[in-house]
Amino acid sequence: MTDTIHKEPVIRLRNIRKRFGSLEVLKGVDLDVYKGENLVVLGRSGSGKSVLIKIIAGMLTPDTGSVTVLGEDIRSLRPRDLQALRTRIGFSFQSSALYDGMNVRANLEFPLVRNKRHLGRKEIDAAVARVLEDVGLSQTIDQMPSQLSGGQKKRIGIARTLILQPEIMLYDEPTAGLDPVTSANINELINEVQEQYNTSSVIITHDLTCAKATGDRVVMLSEGCFLRQGSFEEVFAGDDARVKDFYNYNFISTP
Amino acid sequence: MKAFFLRVYDIYRFALRFFQEAFIPPYEFKAIWDQFFEVGIRSLSIITLTGFITGLVFTKQSRSSLAEFGATSWLPSLMAIAIIRALAPLVTALIIAGKVGSNIGAELGSMKVTEQVDAMEVSSTNPFKFLVVSRIIATTCVVPVLASYMGLVGMLGAYLNVHTNEQTGFSLFFQSAFVRIRFLDIYVLVFKSAVYGFTIGLAGCYNGYNADQGTVGVGRAANTSVVVSMFLIFIEEMIIVQLVNSYLK
Repeated sequence: MTDTIHKEPVIRLRNIRKRFGSLEVLKGVDLDVYKGENLVVLGRSGSGKSVLIKIIAGMLTPDTGSVTVLGEDIRSLRPRDLQALRTRIGFSFQSSALYDGMNVRANLEFPLVRNKRHLGRKEIDAAVARVLEDVGLSQTIDQMPSQLSGGQKKRIGIARTLILQPEIMLYDEPTAGLDPVTSANINELINEVQEQYNTSSVIITHDLTCAKATGDRVVMLSEGCFLRQGSFEEVFAGDDARVKDFYNYNFISTP
Repeated sequence: MKAFFLRVYDIYRFALRFFQEAFIPPYEFKAIWDQFFEVGIRSLSIITLTGFITGLVFTKQSRSSLAEFGATSWLPSLMAIAIIRALAPLVTALIIAGKVGSNIGAELGSMKVTEQVDAMEVSSTNPFKFLVVSRIIATTCVVPVLASYMGLVGMLGAYLNVHTNEQTGFSLFFQSAFVRIRFLDIYVLVFKSAVYGFTIGLAGCYNGYNADQGTVGVGRAANTSVVVSMFLIFIEEMIIVQLVNSYLK
């Protein structure tokens, strides 16, 4: 977490609605994410968190509303411009999404080779070594994803997004399926990335420990609407039964 | 019934997208080259083995029937017609459907359900072009080469059997064999193998790229890719043979 948050939104969502068949997942959501902040979106499974983050990344199109990312209206971008914008956005997937057929080196090189074709071998090797060092996994460079633990996969997944030095990081359930110690390490890494790379981040999670450790600001999503937002303590200070339930079922210690 | 037609329409759109993306730069030459290797080189051993055995066994089984009429000298030309016109393209396509089609379905299906396709998309790479276009181009181009190769190996199998029984020389065998073969037969072999290759690539990619429901979906994608490819290959064989025969009349 950082104190250097500027009141300049890098992501702006207005009246976002998204429906899958008869199920309305997002019901008119407004959201601003400011430069340099870690914003945590909390919510139960099926509350629309992942849909929200995919809309920000331009992987899903909302039925209504506007999505502005780094000053660009995503809905009006041509495919080529959207691809260019995506080089400025890092997306860390819940499943890590490492390419099974490539080793760690090839996984990390992939975005670089695809998007910065002018780079030479030395520069690519240096960039790979740098991000691996940043996530503390230099020794895994020649390993295949199947040889890595869950926590290592998450770190390599984050490293792969960092290699393009993004301005925005999107984390989809960064601690899902990890033990408490590994989760704490990932939370630390998220904060380190924010400080070192000066990124603005959106962290989608239902893990309150992660939310508390990483969030400068927390918003709570329930049934397609934001219930509350503020600091972690502010969000859980209210009397809303849905928020209280979420807290009681998830978080054993006091905030 | 409605679901069936919706699926057919969806496949049509998928194929249309392939043609759109295949001709728009940037071209994925390296990915296409890698797939040439995967589809072609990695299938050579099985194509060699099955081609040789097909030629050998088919000649052996045909001998007794021709021998009744004292027509074993027709074996080389009969085998050339059978192998070049029908067996080589069909057997090659069925083997590639089983080996490569299932592999494409499972690989893309697995990438889809583990978000690797999405990861490619957010890495500013067009996953359709990188994964689908490269594979369909590879199968379309490589299956004709493999079918021609199988034709050659099958004829060698046939030669071995004929040589063992009738002591026919190598050059005499191939002179007799190709007496009845026209350039049109070679063109048709290449053309229909390309159609089969396209079908295998399209079926594998479509099923894999649209896989869902986790590991169950991956298995289903692999299975459906093979079944649909094989079914369509037989339908296409029937149509192409009818068209060629009606052209020759």
